[in-house]
This record gives sequence, C-alpha cells and structure tokens, in this order.
Amino acid sequence: MAETKEEPRIGVFICHCGTNIAGSISIEEVKKYAETLDGVVVADEYQYMCSTPGQSMIIDAIKEHNLNGIVVAACSPRLHEPTFRTATQEGGLNMFRFEMANIRDQNSWVHMHDWEGATEKAKDQVLIAVAKARMLEDLQPKSVPVEHSALVLGGGVGGMQAALDLASAGIKTYLIEKAPTVGGRMSQLDKTFPTLDCSQCILTPKMVDVGRHPNIELRTYTEVEKVEGYIGNFTITLRKKARGVLDPTEALERGIVGGGCNGCGDCAEVCPVIKPNPFEMGMAPRKAIYIYHPQVMPLLYTIDFDSCVKCGLCVDICGPEKRAIDLDMVDTFEEIKVGTCILAIGYDYIPIEQKKEWGYKRFDNVITGLEFERLICASGPTGGHLIRPSDGQTPMKVGFVLCAGSRDNTGGVNKPYCSRFCCMYSLKHAHQIMEKIPGAVPYLFYMDIRSFGKMYEEFYYRIQNEGAKFIRGRVANILEDPITKNLIVNTEDTLLGRPVSMEMDMVVLAAAVQPTPESEKIRQMFGVSKSQDGWLLEAHPKLNPCGTTTAGIYLAGVCQGPKDIPDTVAQAEGAASAASIPIHTGEVQLEPYFAQCMDDICAGCGLCLQQCPYGALDLIEKNGRTVMEVTEAKCKGCGTCGGFCPGGAIKMQHFTSPQICAQIDAFLLKGGE
Amino acid sequence: MTDENWNPKIIAIICNWCSYAGADLAGGARVQYPPDVRAIRVMCTGRVDPLFIMKAFQDGADGMLISGCHFGDCHYLEGNYKCAKRMFLVKNLLKNIGLDDNRLRMTFVSASEGAKWGAVMEDVVKTVKELGPSPLKKYER
Repeated sequence: MAETKEEPRIGVFICHCGTNIAGSISIEEVKKYAETLDGVVVADEYQYMCSTPGQSMIIDAIKEHNLNGIVVAACSPRLHEPTFRTATQEGGLNMFRFEMANIRDQNSWVHMHDWEGATEKAKDQVLIAVAKARMLEDLQPKSVPVEHSALVLGGGVGGMQAALDLASAGIKTYLIEKAPTVGGRMSQLDKTFPTLDCSQCILTPKMVDVGRHPNIELRTYTEVEKVEGYIGNFTITLRKKARGVLDPTEALERGIVGGGCNGCGDCAEVCPVIKPNPFEMGMAPRKAIYIYHPQVMPLLYTIDFDSCVKCGLCVDICGPEKRAIDLDMVDTFEEIKVGTCILAIGYDYIPIEQKKEWGYKRFDNVITGLEFERLICASGPTGGHLIRPSDGQTPMKVGFVLCAGSRDNTGGVNKPYCSRFCCMYSLKHAHQIMEKIPGAVPYLFYMDIRSFGKMYEEFYYRIQNEGAKFIRGRVANILEDPITKNLIVNTEDTLLGRPVSMEMDMVVLAAAVQPTPESEKIRQMFGVSKSQDGWLLEAHPKLNPCGTTTAGIYLAGVCQGPKDIPDTVAQAEGAASAASIPIHTGEVQLEPYFAQCMDDICAGCGLCLQQCPYGALDLIEKNGRTVMEVTEAKCKGCGTCGGFCPGGAIKMQHFTSPQICAQIDAFLLKGGE
Repeated sequence: MTDENWNPKIIAIICNWCSYAGADLAGGARVQYPPDVRAIRVMCTGRVDPLFIMKAFQDGADGMLISGCHFGDCHYLEGNYKCAKRMFLVKNLLKNIGLDDNRLRMTFVSASEGAKWGAVMEDVVKTVKELGPSPLKKYER
C-alpha cells in the first residue's frame, strides 16, 4: 500500500493501426466506453499510435491533463511496449506507468468477421488495462554491468565467423566445439556452389585464424554442462572431455618441458585398434587414437576411450620427451563468465534409411549427399575417384533424388520444410561427375529446383547446358538388380505425365536436414524456444533473426533453420554484432519485476525458498523476527514465489496480487457491485 | 438452460514468453477463434496464485484457462511445472465446492504454436458453453 495514494488520472489511447484494428472493431465505441471508466480523464484515438504524432499525443496529454497512468490499446506489448514506455517517460512520467491492451494481435486479427464480439472484447481489454493502470507504481529499471567476454557454441563455419568477429572487436571469446577439431560440416565438403571453390581451401584459413587469434579461447572436445545467470553475467560450466592427449601447454603445466602432442602421428601408426572414421562417413578407417583429417585445428590427437584397449603402444612410441599421452585422463570442468552467448550448433541429417522405399543401407549403391562429397573429394577415402561401393567400378549413370525427406509429410519422416541447400549441392554434384568422368550422365529427380541465391540460377543453367538430365517427379521407389547391383529408379515424370523407370549405376539421396540430437538439451539449458519444426526459435522472424527471447542469447547458422554457407556466415556476423552491443555498452537495463518481501506480513515459514529456481531467496533475522529476503541480482521476476506464498507476503513488482485481482474483478464485476 | 446467445465469461492467465507469444502468432497468422476469452499477461504461470483462480470463480467466471510453456521450455526453468502442480490442488478445491473442475484448464502453448492457441480457444469456449453458466452466479448479490 502506497502511503500517499494519489487519485488515478489515466489517459487511454486507441490505435486504428490503419484498418488492422479499425476494420474489425468500432474504435468510436471503445473510445466512448473508455471515457466512462473510473479514473480515466482523457480518451483519444489515432490512425497510428506508434507514429511520431501518435506518440506526441501521449506526451502532450500527460502534460495537459496531468496524467499518472497511460493505457494504449493497440498491438502486442511484445512489439510496441518499449516505444510507448519511452513516450510515457518523455511526457515526464515513470515509464512503468504504462499498460497496453492488445486489441490487434489478440483481437481484431483473430475475430475479423465478428464486429460486435471483437468490439465487446476490446472494451473489456481496455477495462482490464485501465484497472491495472490505476494501480501502477513508479519503478526503476535495474542496470547491471556486462562481462567483457562472449561464448560461441559450435565451431563450424558460422561459429568460427562469429568468434572471429567478436574477437576482432576486442572481446574475449570462448569458442566451444564438441568435436576434436573446429571446421564442422563445411570441412567435410569437397567444393562449394556456385563458385566451385574448394571447401577446405576457403575454410582452413578461418580455422587457422581461430586457433591463433589472441582474443579467442578455443575449447575443442568440450561441451557445455551448465548455464547459470542472465544477460551480462552468464556463468557457464564446461566439460572438457578426456582427450587422453596433452597439448604443449597442458604438458608444461605438468612439468614436461617441451612436451605435449606435436601431431607427428607416430601413435596412430602403432595403434592396433581400427574403427570407421566418422569424418569420412565411415568409409575410411581410423585408429583409436586419431585425427579427423590433416588440417585439424588444433593439431592434436584424440583417444577414443570407447574403443581404446589401453595397450600402451602409443605411450611408448610417443616417448619420454613428449609424454603427450595420458591413458588415465578424466573429464575436467571449467567455469567461465561471459556477457553474451551465440549458439551455432549446426544440424544433422535425417536417418534417410527410414524412407525404406529408397533402399539406403539396403542397397550398396544408394548413398547420401554427404557420402558423395567424401567420395568425390581429392582428400577423401578414394582420393577423389568416384566409385560404386558395391564393386569399385566408376558409375556412368548417376541418379540424384532431391527433396529426399524434405517437403515431405509422409513416411514417418515428416519434414515439411525445404532443406534449402540440397538443390544447389546436387547441381554441384552433377557438375562434378561430368567434369571428372567423361561420358557420365547425371539424372536429377526433382520436385522444384530452388536456385534462389546470387548466381545460383545461372549455375542451374550451366549444369543444364553441360548435359545433366532433369526429371520432374518424386521418386516412388528404388529397386536393386541383385546381380549387377544396378538400381532401378521408378518415378513419374510429371512433365510428360507418365511413369518412368530408369536403370542407374548409383543413386545419391539429398537427405533432409534436422536439428542435432543435442539441440534439445542445449536449448533448454540456454532457455531458447524451438519452432514447430524443432529448429531454434529466433526472437522475430523478420526483424530479429539473430536474437532469441532470452536476452543475451543469439543464434547463427542452420540451428535456427536450414541455410547455405553464405547465409550462415551472414547470420553469424549479424549475431556477433548483436552479441557485441551489450558488451561494448558495458551495462544492460533489466526490467525491475523483482520479488519483494513485505516484512510485516511475512511469517518466516520459508516455503518460498523451495519455489525459487535461482536461489534468490533467503531467511534472515530482522528486528527480532525471521523474514524472507530477496537477492535482487539473482531474482528474474518469474513470480513463482509470489504465486505460492501462503500469507501473500511477497510482492511481485509490476505484477502484484492487487493488480492482477483488480484485472480479474474489472472484467467480471465490471467495476460494479 | 444455456441459450444460444449466451456468451461465457472466461479469463485466461497466460505467460509472457510462450502462450502470450503463441497468441500473438495466432494473430499474425489470422487464426480465427471465438472472442469470449479475456487474457491477463503474467511473466510466468508460476505467478498464478490459486487465490486468483478462486477469486475469479467467486466473481462469477464461467471458466478459466492457465496457459504456459511446455515442460522443459519454461523461461524461468520450472515455473510452469510448479503451476501445474498447484492446478491439482485447485481442481480438487473446485470439486469440493461443487464446481465442475473442467471449468479450469491448464494448457501448454509455445511461442511457435499459433494454430494450437486457436484450437485451445475453440475448445475452452466449447467446453465452458457445454457446462453452462457458473452455478456460483446464482449466489451473486
């Protein structure tokens, strides 16, 4: 209870939003109704309240009518609350003396053909907002300092670009990668469309930069274990997985001068355990102690403890000088403090064998696009010679199944979205076949060719002119000739309007992409929502594509939705820019929706302590009584304690119980009774 | 006794991060639903004091909806879970005073589920309309 209870003097402003609101709701009626409400001294309407003249109306009315509460009935507070709060402040009021009635997104747009129902609802929405506005109090936003460091999770091309940008802007950046090396998916590719640059050649300079940059703390073979805190002050616990190999710095810490792994590879020579190399899609062997490929960053071997037999041969060959191998290494934990975080956790391919009709994993010569990349890559398992897995022969007729799982609501795959880069990489694959194998013909089975980027359509024409065949139709099934291991592709040619059946030497499936298996866990740790299709949800699809609803967390790359390399890099640079703003500003303003204990009511039972997920509440002795105390720095304002307190002794600022009850009463009792 | 033109009074208390955003998304996508529900925004469903619900029914509400994030998605880690636990208590209380506990519902609508919000609105209004006006209204002064 405020001691000096002032008379409410409220101004209500109703926005037409062009015809967005005025087309479904009687503005005049709502205005007349607002004028009758208790505490309202002025009600007005305007075409666009968010425009400069609209905001000036608020500022002028505050001065003219000596208002102490503002209600704007317009769009969502998630959109324009900051705009009108600023206007309220400019008019000389505390910015929290503002309340919004959402009569557009939650009214006129969803009741477009119900003039009376929508108008009635709008009146109630204004009534409810005025009820709250009558009870609003002055609050001060809390300013907190921001750590001068950032975290980038994921060391693919997006993560690396974001880290390089942040680091070059003078921010200490932790780049975290779960694999033993940075590089991500892009390092597995042979060439990039449409320029046909060698993927590794343009990626490795970035990998080297990431390793060398003085402001980048590179943590490979590391995962995020725990996330605490909020924008400006995240405390993140990292799990450094046991690598079994010491880098030179770690070796020095153990007193081994001049020791540590130098990447000579003697250990892998002697290692007796042979496993498939996941980097080569399992088509080449690796040892239990391994590197993915020669350009890894950092150049540091890693032991796969799941397959290591601990024979010790590697320890012996490594020798007493380097002593780089420690077979008893365990996971270690590190706590870092950062101001902002960028998630660039990439993507995975769907298990395309689920589409049984295409026979992946049943038929030797059906492979995926990524396997094709490794087979055609000069540094790949076959030295760049495309061969049929069944017999090692060079394929002359290669089929490409586009939209393999993408744009598909059937067959348990259920990926209704376009994976966006498969059209283009399949065109690139077609080109590579014709370039490397004289006389070979690629057949592309497509639904639509989506060549939307810069120089992409031109690339499509080029592949057409080079002689690739295009058959428009989704492939019904693929059968295998058991003797020749050739594949019979059955589809409908929708342009000719008849079924076709073609024999191929090899078929490449352009499999759909999906979020990584870790995506769910990571997004819950960082408090990021997901879209309906599982990708991480951006704050606004158009106007805030890098941000998330959790302040201080940003997104880059495919984890937000399928995109090709240029778009990933562009988004990474955008995310880095967005993530650097709070850090360079040095402080952020938090909304002061903190819990407060009303000491005279608090009985000191302490039940609220278990409700708080942040440990922000404590019991203290005050004037001879036990009462609860809130640590504002830890409180995030959810109100879970306030919703639970049996005595009603916790006041949630801006969402107080009297305010919410007044809102309920206003609607149900209409101010009467 | 429910006549065709009777419009139920339903209050929704919804969280800022998921359901309110989902409701906004429904607007952007022009999902059409009946206009009987009045929403009150809170930061988290954890804020919902059981007394708010009892107060609403005492005031004559015909139905009530609490809507938050999906489990595991709460912006404040577990506010929605805490709220859901309280709902069992409140539903029991409602039954004890002779109210059909279907008048109170808790749903989980994420920021990307605009269509689901529309479906929830349809269903809540339908359920309450079938139940008819709150019997507590008879005891109003």
